[in-house]
Amino acid sequence: MIEIDDVSLRVRDTGILHGIAAQVPRDGITALIGPNGAGKSSLLHLCAGLTTPSAGRIVLDGEDVHRMAHRDRARRIAVLTQAQALTSRLTVKDLVSFGRWPHHQGRPRDEDRQIVEEALRLFDLLGLAPRQVETLSGGQKARAFTAMAWAQSTPWLFLDEPLAALDPRFARDLMAQLHVMSRPGPEARGVLIVVHDLNAAALWADHVLALKDGGVFAAGPAAEVMTPPRLSTLFDTGFGVVETKRGRLVYPE
Amino acid sequence: MAERRLILLALVLVGASAAFLLWNLRGPTGFILGLRATKLAALLLVGCAVGMATVLFQTVAQNRLLTPGIVGFDALFVTLQTALVLGLGGLGVAQLPPLATFLAEVALLVVAAQVLFGLLLRRGAGDLIRMILTGVILGVMLRGLAGLMQRLLDPSEFAVVQQAMFASFGAVDRGLLAIAAALLGVAALAALRLAPRLDVAGLGRVRARTLGLDHDRVVNQSLMLVSVLVAVSTALVGPVTFLGLIAASLGHAMMQTYRHAVLLPAAGMTGALFLVAGQFLFERVLGMQSTLAVLIEFLGGLLFLALILKRKGRT
Repeated sequence: MIEIDDVSLRVRDTGILHGIAAQVPRDGITALIGPNGAGKSSLLHLCAGLTTPSAGRIVLDGEDVHRMAHRDRARRIAVLTQAQALTSRLTVKDLVSFGRWPHHQGRPRDEDRQIVEEALRLFDLLGLAPRQVETLSGGQKARAFTAMAWAQSTPWLFLDEPLAALDPRFARDLMAQLHVMSRPGPEARGVLIVVHDLNAAALWADHVLALKDGGVFAAGPAAEVMTPPRLSTLFDTGFGVVETKRGRLVYPE
Repeated sequence: MAERRLILLALVLVGASAAFLLWNLRGPTGFILGLRATKLAALLLVGCAVGMATVLFQTVAQNRLLTPGIVGFDALFVTLQTALVLGLGGLGVAQLPPLATFLAEVALLVVAAQVLFGLLLRRGAGDLIRMILTGVILGVMLRGLAGLMQRLLDPSEFAVVQQAMFASFGAVDRGLLAIAAALLGVAALAALRLAPRLDVAGLGRVRARTLGLDHDRVVNQSLMLVSVLVAVSTALVGPVTFLGLIAASLGHAMMQTYRHAVLLPAAGMTGALFLVAGQFLFERVLGMQSTLAVLIEFLGGLLFLALILKRKGRT
């Protein structure tokens, strides 16, 4: 479990997050939603230990994230950031192989190679493996970076807007994979995901943490948070809801 | 594949070095061979050091256009040389013990480079425009300061400074060469040890940190090595601003890999090959005594412009 304990973040003189107190359960997918500028990516980066809070602390499975050794943290948390730019000349396979770095530190073993092959297969990248990353489309790059994070084999997976560049098929496939890997069990991974696609959150997320103006607006099971009145207040626009056999869909009115 | 190209490059370098040593060798053979060997050693050391330093610098700066020279290191060297001549006089500088002067220059340049690179890269390294502008403006300021000091010099003293402004491989002290070789050797080995971590650092600060790399530490270690590599080679022969850009660009283009275990030696050998082949062509084939450094600056400048224009076309 991740315990976010009264966390605030200031960048220069601007307050980005204030007094965030929330919990992210280890089982299932937790979606971070909210309007632009609400502080979703900032909170994800804080939870990943990539930025330091101005106040408060974040405890992951009983240990302060910001006190963990770099390598130890990378063996517990894999992070997919929004940035896709690369200056190194890498093939897709090279990139995915970097996901194993926290485990082998430059000396890959057979097990690492097997996991890379598995990641390439799982994200439908086997055909693209020898291609240079810079020649890929935005969606293909997104899949390659996601495969790299998956190959890190960590108990926690944090993804910052992974669906932004994906076509509907790959977006559904990714969410389905995240759903499977986050089911309770010894191999389960906790998933924290920033999404703007509210229907992806409504269909796939088990828990939702909604942020507004740098604070927690609502938190809890997805069905309790993703209601038209709450979404309407969260986004300052009316929302409707349609119940389908696949689940609940929401739409702005 | 990249390893095979690296071996080929090494063979070409050995061939060029042999040609440099043995081409048109006439008596007294031993004496001439000794002179040529000293010059060859200086060319190899400086080429390797500048090539490797530039790859290190470009990886931590996340930019394939930057070199230590472009962000003001060479201007720093010229300013220090001018200040030295202004303070001690041309004769005073000539009378300084070479070993002590060399070591003091290396130490001063390492410290100054640490300040310069730290200023540029450790804070706000992500802001490329800010970094380049700061480097260029620092360079202009230092050159302005050097220019002001040069106006205060006698013509004979000015000639001493002018000699230091371009690299010269002609009269390198053998004792200094041995010390430089030892220092550069240690720095090059340390850089190669750092190679796997540099591969991860090449992914960018945030991504490298998500993979468990202490990125800031690798940047600090790399900048220290860059400082030593460029300080020793500059104190030995003088500044060669664009050689690093040529060596690193050709190294990347030939090896087509992200692996620094290959890129570092490739850029080093390319830098050395460029110097050895260039000097060979100038001295032996064309029979010219012109300074090779001038040609390097010219070609490197053209390459820099070409790279900038290529980037502009891409965006």
